[in-house]
Amino acid sequence: MKVPTLASMAAEGKKPDVLFWVGCSGSFDERAKKITKAFVKILNKADMSFAVLGTEESCSGDPAKRSGNEFLFQMQALVNIELMNSYNITNIVTTCPHCFNTLKNEYPELGGNYIVQHHTQFLNWMLKQGKFSIKGGKFKGKRITFHDPCYLGRGNNIYEAPRELIKKLDVELVEMKNCRSKGLCCGAGGAQMFKEPEKGNKEINIKRTEQALELKPDIIAAGCPFCNTMMTDGLKSKEKDDIIIVKDIAELIAEAQNL
Amino acid sequence: MTYLPNLLFLLLLICSISLFIRNINKVITNINLGKQINRSDNSGERWKNMILLALGQSKMVSRPVSGILHILVYLGFILINIELLEIIIDGILGTHRIFSPFLGEFYSLLIGVFEIFAFLVIVAVTIFWIRRNIIRIKRFMNPEMKGWPKRDADYILYFEIILMFLFLSMNSTDSLLQNLDVPNYQKAGWFPISSFLDILYANFSIPDLILLERTFWWMHIIGILFFLNYLYYSKHLHILLAFPNTYYANLELQGKFKNNSSVTSEVKLMLDSSNNSFDSSNNNESIPDKFGASDVTDLTWVQLLNAYSCTECGRCTSECPANLTGKKLSPRKIMMDTRDRLVEVGDNFNRNNSKIIPDGKQLLKDYISPEELWACTSCNACVEACPIGIDPLSIIMDMRQYLVMEKSAAPSELNNMMGNIENNGAPWPFNNQDRLLWAEEN
Repeated sequence: MKVPTLASMAAEGKKPDVLFWVGCSGSFDERAKKITKAFVKILNKADMSFAVLGTEESCSGDPAKRSGNEFLFQMQALVNIELMNSYNITNIVTTCPHCFNTLKNEYPELGGNYIVQHHTQFLNWMLKQGKFSIKGGKFKGKRITFHDPCYLGRGNNIYEAPRELIKKLDVELVEMKNCRSKGLCCGAGGAQMFKEPEKGNKEINIKRTEQALELKPDIIAAGCPFCNTMMTDGLKSKEKDDIIIVKDIAELIAEAQNL
Repeated sequence: MTYLPNLLFLLLLICSISLFIRNINKVITNINLGKQINRSDNSGERWKNMILLALGQSKMVSRPVSGILHILVYLGFILINIELLEIIIDGILGTHRIFSPFLGEFYSLLIGVFEIFAFLVIVAVTIFWIRRNIIRIKRFMNPEMKGWPKRDADYILYFEIILMFLFLSMNSTDSLLQNLDVPNYQKAGWFPISSFLDILYANFSIPDLILLERTFWWMHIIGILFFLNYLYYSKHLHILLAFPNTYYANLELQGKFKNNSSVTSEVKLMLDSSNNSFDSSNNNESIPDKFGASDVTDLTWVQLLNAYSCTECGRCTSECPANLTGKKLSPRKIMMDTRDRLVEVGDNFNRNNSKIIPDGKQLLKDYISPEELWACTSCNACVEACPIGIDPLSIIMDMRQYLVMEKSAAPSELNNMMGNIENNGAPWPFNNQDRLLWAEEN
């Protein structure tokens, strides 16, 4: 797979139009890596000028900040900013809403000023620019519901970009009881991904999965690697993972185009 | 002797307004125990927020039933208080319906509209009572609503019904006296609702009717002045504080959490290898005595204003994913605890000549447990749900910061995660050199 790094491009005296910030999940997590690869396939298909930081990338600091470790967050942020500024980065796209939010909103005060886009925004922009087109493909007519990631939706008021893409797939988009600004969290945010939940009577991802199951969808679309994991686990524990799949929007688009 | 009622009224008015001002000053003093934060920017946006959220109640209607009922009570409250102006002037001057000669037909219309709203308020408040006490809607039944918060909510409902009944009875007896051509009771007003109460009072003699009319008039105004001073002890303070609270609310995107600037200088010192980091004497940035918040005085004045403005409606808690799945966290409780602790610290401050004598208690642990704080997913559902822009999440995050940075008291899995970030640049124990392995896979 053609994945240029910033370092290799800089060595050739070149600079990409956009940095693809992969994120830790997208780099290491088996499930999330598929999202990363799907997105890169689309970028390559459209012949976009992009690069990744590769081994120079480091955690954005989101889970440290949300855990209360401001020191560690700012260490990560300042190191990342220094690196990206040294490459004169101006545009960033990322498939992780947590990285997206942190880079976009919390880095500027620390000296990192970039135009940051979530991949669903970027893909919409690519469509409008005519860089590529979407046909329904194998998902045509399927019943799809979209789970709003908190840090994309409420956190940054981005509700329509993912939905516009889904609608392009000729599918039936159905909404859960809690959607858009009232979307229910998958349970992973605020560093919950990395710890056992507090004592309660139910897991949050089960509650959210139940809301999705009420709609009897074929596919639960996600826009965040953490939500993806939580919803997949939810389906497994409801023993519905054989009939319903969780897919990132990038995967849906890549697969629909047989990439 | 003829001026006795006027004097009595004036005395009552002065006393209750002084007491009210004293209480408001206490609220302001207590809010100022919080740390400074600049919210004087963007006044245009802030006015817009206040006009939409507080004046316009725009977020209330996201739940249509309670929203519309609330707007009725709110409008009724504002409209009927226009008449308060006349009542106060009448009370001081010893006149009766002093505005009526000047306003003529319009006066009648006003009184009629007030009456219609009084009726709607009674209907709305009755439904509110049914929702709390018969239907027992879940968000009113959470553990933090036991005891005083429950009684406070009910008292206000009873009180509003009594006030409206007094207002309508006052009008009813007044209109009966007007129709009997009693001197002083000039014909004024349209009484579409209170006329239904006439059957209660129609059989009284004129002196008794006058006595009744005066009694209702006095009880109504005494009731309002009592209510004014009850506010301080009640969640009902929101009718005033919702306005500054929406004005000073956070205007940033909800996903953007504030960066602790005192940390930045330290981190920069550490990262700058050419800098002699052991010599911190030339570091002008003052290092705070505490990172994060363990007590109300570590919070900003806006967070404390938030706490006083909370009406305990529980919309936040009813949207909180942690609370919905049975965890201990309730964003409403975070606000109520902050307020209750602030009242305690504020009393301490006032008692001890503007100094806080340590009382062996703090907001963390004595009010809010770490278990509640660690259950938060930082999803912002509570912030989004609040009709008046209260931000419980910022308090949760400040307290987490204290737990981690001052007490190293994060759950052990989070310590592992943070250790991984420090060592490998990822929250999992992967080698950073393997970051690009995915590119070689299919």
